[in-house]
Amino acid sequence: MKVSYYPGCTLKTKAKHLEDSALASLAALGVEIRELPRWNCCGAVHSLADDDLIHHVAPVRDLIRAKDEGSERLVTLCSMCYNTLARANLLMRNDEVKRKTINDFMTEESDYQGEVEVEHLIPFLRDVIGWDNLRAKIKVPLTGMKIASYYGCTLVRPQNVAIEPVAGKIMNEFVEALGAEPIDFSANTLCCGSYQVLAHPDSVADVVGRIIESASRAGADALILSCPLCEYNLLKKQEELLEKQKIGRRMPVFYFSQLLAMALGLGPESYRPDMSDAASVEFLKSKNFSVESAAVQA
Amino acid sequence: MSAPKQVATGDRAILPEGAKTIPIYVMGKRYEVPETLTIMKAMEFAGFKFLRGAGCRGGICGACPTVYRKEGDYKLYFGLACQTVVEPNMYLAQIPFYPANRAVYDIEQIEPLADAVHALYPEIFRCVACNNCSKACPMKVEVLDYISAIKQGDLARAAKLSFDCIQCGMCASRCMGELPQYHIAQLVRRLYGKYIQPGAEHLQKRVAQIESGKYDGMLAELQKMSHAELEKIYKEREREPDMVPLGTWMPKDVSHL
Repeated sequence: MKVSYYPGCTLKTKAKHLEDSALASLAALGVEIRELPRWNCCGAVHSLADDDLIHHVAPVRDLIRAKDEGSERLVTLCSMCYNTLARANLLMRNDEVKRKTINDFMTEESDYQGEVEVEHLIPFLRDVIGWDNLRAKIKVPLTGMKIASYYGCTLVRPQNVAIEPVAGKIMNEFVEALGAEPIDFSANTLCCGSYQVLAHPDSVADVVGRIIESASRAGADALILSCPLCEYNLLKKQEELLEKQKIGRRMPVFYFSQLLAMALGLGPESYRPDMSDAASVEFLKSKNFSVESAAVQA
Repeated sequence: MSAPKQVATGDRAILPEGAKTIPIYVMGKRYEVPETLTIMKAMEFAGFKFLRGAGCRGGICGACPTVYRKEGDYKLYFGLACQTVVEPNMYLAQIPFYPANRAVYDIEQIEPLADAVHALYPEIFRCVACNNCSKACPMKVEVLDYISAIKQGDLARAAKLSFDCIQCGMCASRCMGELPQYHIAQLVRRLYGKYIQPGAEHLQKRVAQIESGKYDGMLAELQKMSHAELEKIYKEREREPDMVPLGTWMPKDVSHL
């Protein structure tokens, strides 16, 4: 079975630590996924307007690239890319009229009917490697780490592309497989505010405060996620909240794949502490993980 | 189909008897022009005079983009007027210039990073991947791919993908996100050339030698020589033989190296 990998623009720039840690981990696990040789922006958000088809062209073009590569599956790491690609895929699979319009518009590409499966890396890990297998390959169990898994919106909404029916199970299983202690918290799917950070920065600070407080009260040491926009909001707004004394301490924030790379015994060139914020780096130091970034290329 | 034997040209081309002509429509008006001519020559045959929108006439300067349709075909076609041969019932217009936003920057002051490009051209994120840009390129540049590479921060790839760009602006003319693709690509190639592409070591060495004054004396000597003396040393100069394998020949006098 051929699996293609769709990185997304942000994973090549601001979220390089999400990509580097995930790809190094997959290599260590012996799983090969190949980056699409040609790809464009996924579109970032799924357009909800019924007659707005042009904004589905970007994700569909990427799906066509995967199909043309002969791939049955397209794996993504970024929650937003996952959501946009998966929803465009369902549209092409289920809506005959829109499918025809979009295919007719893209005369220079092969026709597409939703042949490729879009999958996020977390369910991919469970289904292709399996939690028991993963557990067996852990070299540095994250014993004693209390990890809250923050899903945000795009991994679980809407229902037809959710990585699981009710958020809370799969990421906890992942955390457990790494040897850490999963922490449930009520705000695990509360929206981080997303792009509202531009128009309504204060409202975003409010929701970030609620997310961090919820995870803190539940006893989490750190929080993991898979969305670069959630990461940005959670880190940026924590700075402000701490200044205004609206939160007691800064919660370390990691991509799920950074913890995976650490637990697999990979070096800092894989889990990239050089791209994490100061509070997260301090947390790594306190857990005896190297934060040496001399060997790391920016 | 036989080409006209000879077309005499002067103020106006004179067709030989029996030369075959075809109808083309320039900005909506019908002209009978000899087949086998390029669009540019056909328009000149028809009486147009290019004050702008013609440059090298060799398919590289990008001054003469043409947009055209064919009878009964909904598709838009793009080509360079100096390279594209006329077809019967072609409907065409020249687009010598297309307005497009061009950012002002000091290349010394910006870093070769995606962020710098994104800051100068934030409209790059209005791209919806419709691919009209690539379809409009008369040089067959994959414009969408280089725009994608820039968004992905891969300036080297974008510089290479856009290498054949001739700055004609047809990509921008068709862009629904109103991007000035060709100006963005030019910025990226400048950043690539200045900061990313490895410099040629031998060239840097030679520039340093020149700046150190190594050749000043030799030049002054040459300038003092008479015409006859110059001619003599030119004729007697050592010359690398043709077809000599690379790196095997050295002149006897190495004082200039």
